[in-house]
Amino acid sequence: MARTARKRALGAVAAVACAALLAACGGGGGDDSADGETTLTWWHNGNNDPLKGYWEGVAADYEAENPGVNIEISALQNEDLRSRLTAALQSNDPPDLFQQWGGGEMAQQVESGLLMDLTEELPEEIESVGGSAAGWQVDGATYGLPWSLGVVGFWYNKALFAEAGVEPPATTEELLSVIDDLEAAGLTPAAVGAGDKWPAAHYWYYAAVRECSEETLTQAGVDLDFSDPCFERAGELVESIVSAQPFNRGFLGTSAQQGATSSAGLLANGKVAMELMGHWNPGVMSGLTEDGEGLGEDLGWFPFPTAPDGEGDQAAALSGGDGFSCSVTAPPECADFLAYVMSPEVQRGFGATGAGIPTVQGTEDSLEDPNLVTVAEYRDQAPYVQLYLDTAYGPNVGGALNDAVSLLFAGESTPADIVAAISSASS
Amino acid sequence: MTLLQHDRGETSADRARARSAQGRPPSRRGSSASADDWRRRGEVLLLVTPALLLFCCFVLLPVAQAAYYSVWSWNGLTPLEDFVGLDNYREALGDPVFRGAIAHNFWIVGLSLLVQLPLGLGVALLLNRPMRGRALLRMLIFVPYVLAEAMAAVIWLLMLQPDGFMDAALESVGLGRAVQLWLGDPGVVMVTMMVVLTWKYVGFAIILFLAGLQGIPPELHEAASLDGASWWQAQRAITLPLLGPTIRIWAFLSMIGSLQLFDLVWIMTGGGPANASSTMATYLISQGFERFRYGYGSAVAVVLFAISLVVALLYQRFVLRRDVADRLGGRRR
Repeated sequence: MARTARKRALGAVAAVACAALLAACGGGGGDDSADGETTLTWWHNGNNDPLKGYWEGVAADYEAENPGVNIEISALQNEDLRSRLTAALQSNDPPDLFQQWGGGEMAQQVESGLLMDLTEELPEEIESVGGSAAGWQVDGATYGLPWSLGVVGFWYNKALFAEAGVEPPATTEELLSVIDDLEAAGLTPAAVGAGDKWPAAHYWYYAAVRECSEETLTQAGVDLDFSDPCFERAGELVESIVSAQPFNRGFLGTSAQQGATSSAGLLANGKVAMELMGHWNPGVMSGLTEDGEGLGEDLGWFPFPTAPDGEGDQAAALSGGDGFSCSVTAPPECADFLAYVMSPEVQRGFGATGAGIPTVQGTEDSLEDPNLVTVAEYRDQAPYVQLYLDTAYGPNVGGALNDAVSLLFAGESTPADIVAAISSASS
Repeated sequence: MTLLQHDRGETSADRARARSAQGRPPSRRGSSASADDWRRRGEVLLLVTPALLLFCCFVLLPVAQAAYYSVWSWNGLTPLEDFVGLDNYREALGDPVFRGAIAHNFWIVGLSLLVQLPLGLGVALLLNRPMRGRALLRMLIFVPYVLAEAMAAVIWLLMLQPDGFMDAALESVGLGRAVQLWLGDPGVVMVTMMVVLTWKYVGFAIILFLAGLQGIPPELHEAASLDGASWWQAQRAITLPLLGPTIRIWAFLSMIGSLQLFDLVWIMTGGGPANASSTMATYLISQGFERFRYGYGSAVAVVLFAISLVVALLYQRFVLRRDVADRLGGRRR
């Protein structure tokens, strides 16, 4: 008897203690108090120089001109930043100004009422980046501004191309024959970091840009309907490239950027002739060679070849970039500081660092690297730029797309499977 | 939980015995006894609270939360408003990639036991004999286990690159034809992974077995050798049975670790190529976190939890029970 009573008492005590503790661990969330001083928290992915130091300078300059404003910077590695940002946006205490990649992911944040509408706040700055802002807009309203926007294309080794006697291809037909010629010369034509999935998926995104009309692509970004046959043709185009077997040995496990055996490392060390990659590649490559130079003078760039039979605009570019958004709880100074970040002088300074391609029209002349100048010219001449499709479609459909394309590279799925995978993820 | 109950049962039995030893008749239990009781309750509360706090915050609460989130379609940002019932579970269990991941986990569970048990036992028996440099050997064998998972994974990742250290090493000893795409070939990657896992965790088995071997009284072996038993007979009749509890506990830890395997795989292959090395935990991260499907990820987490729990309970019920019963019985006598 005494034992049951004691058991019960202990049980009750345990239950109460447990409940109290649960309440204790559920709590949290601070509030910033602003006593005349305003603190702006700023999260970005420039965790390496030159960008890290450049942003620090920009923040210091702004603080000097605007007494009473303190800017607290958190420079985080890209993937770290993504996961922490998701958690922070769910909390009561999100960062004020933060990295924004636009597209479907941003649309979710807008839908959840987390972002400040910048349409009225920064009309001039939005105007100054022109069509580049499209990826950062939802229903005509602007929720973020891109400060760097590059296009994806083939980075190639001029010396190896010369050795095989080939020129950069203009059409996909020519690409296949270039692959054959490079192989015949005993070279590995291309590297792809299929282990990271998105580098492989870039082939499909670009194929879709070539095969699908702008209207179809834009509409698919909104209603996630992929029934148009052009999406399957995009897969067939990729399949024709994969079946020519241009890629480095073991490409299914190759990473994009880690070490000399990554796809960027293989190109940088002259082991392969080309790689389809974003505008950041020269910077990554130089870090992966012993002399820190990358390919140097031998590095060239050409756009993704055209598919003459495709319905898409053959001069359109696949792009992606980095922007900033203000959270809805941020003080008004956030938009003001963002305007400063987007000012021509800050954008020119950014272009001069070579860490990206500035978006404000007329500041491209600050670029010093000739390859980046080529990339910027291609971007500016493109009738429209399509945001990376995984970003545009959001993490869920985008992730399913990347998985499905990398399975195609492994020979374990078909063009129709890709369409089926993204259709089922979007339903 | 069961342990707690056993302990409590034991203390009350002890107390009853203590009381009767003092010859105090039950009717004379007065205020001093109940004060004693309250003091004991206070003690229990004081001692249990910190553990209970940690257990509630970091085990019960997350498990309950995961179970709750798992019935919603939720991207982590919007309020919970899209109730989907058991759809997430249906989707997970119907997804060939997740089923493949479960199969990989059980493959790892089985092979870990099959490979590491004889290997660990053999090395432990060797290292238990007096020999020169024994301490150094023991240390070397334990090093991989002490090394952080992330570091071990990166080291292997670098060594196993095409034309990397491993390929060069094989070629230099004339085994160039054995070179594989260690991490890039869907048909090879699980074998590679098993080798790395064995390298990483066999040290743990060895150190546990060594500790168990130290607990076997040498008199038994002396007696056996007086009776003319051979070394093998002695190992079979004395060492193995007495090492049984240690082996069973090690097998338990190994199984649970295999079911929850994440870091090594995530860093070396991310579950690839073509999902050939995915585990339940890597699937959870890539589907739940990377795709912002927190509801679905929670459902996968609940499935992982349920599988681990069932395996743990079955193992306790049918394999460990004897060890626990023996121990408690022994103490009571």
